[in-house]
Amino acid sequence: MKFSIQINEGPYQHQAADSAYLFTKAALEKGHEIFRVFFYHDGVGNSTRLTTPPQDDRNIVKRWAELGEQYSLDLVVCVAAAQRRGIVDDGEAQRNGKDATNIDPHFRISGLGQLIEAAVQSDRLVVFGD
Amino acid sequence: MSELHTVNKSPYEKNSFDSCIGYAQAGSAVLLFEDGVYAAMSGGATEAKVKAAEGVKFYALGPDMKARGLSVDRVIEGVEIVDYAGFVDLAAEHSKVVSWV
Repeated sequence: MKFSIQINEGPYQHQAADSAYLFTKAALEKGHEIFRVFFYHDGVGNSTRLTTPPQDDRNIVKRWAELGEQYSLDLVVCVAAAQRRGIVDDGEAQRNGKDATNIDPHFRISGLGQLIEAAVQSDRLVVFGD
Repeated sequence: MSELHTVNKSPYEKNSFDSCIGYAQAGSAVLLFEDGVYAAMSGGATEAKVKAAEGVKFYALGPDMKARGLSVDRVIEGVEIVDYAGFVDLAAEHSKVVSWV
């Protein structure tokens, strides 16, 4: 079955980033397809490669990046939410005159249309967060 | 059309559990996870509501209960404990997933 996941909560905020990851991982391990993971609102914070959590804590961003690498996941970050919260890729840095980027290369920034398409193309859309 | 409803907030923090069971129809399922698992515990304000929701099947996420030190022996009668794989199965078995946050 084809699933898409929407995450509205930042990493280390409460539990939604963890729940979404563990659900996605369980679905992949059961042989389901993940059409797209869409990071929205504070969820865009899950994509910054500059996080450095304590060594004895889980690394939420790295965990997504590794799962993305392993299963070639389409990890999409909402552009408007990213701009507000300072999540930047090369294109956004150029467009908005920023001197740095911080997005992990396993993620890509795109528009809300990607969420709508995911909802239409997938059998199930599961939403995590506030 | 049977739906899976998910509730991730404590019933003592927000009213999403009440909203959910007010909407859930017979034949649908409710999965309690994150702080939502508190609604699965017997002896609380939610027990009567869970028992009154006729035809609605309730589930609670075991790992989230364990993380909060909640004993599976104390869940309301009829509430089934599932893991993340069980959560995925529930999402697949129902025609849509409605997240009450």
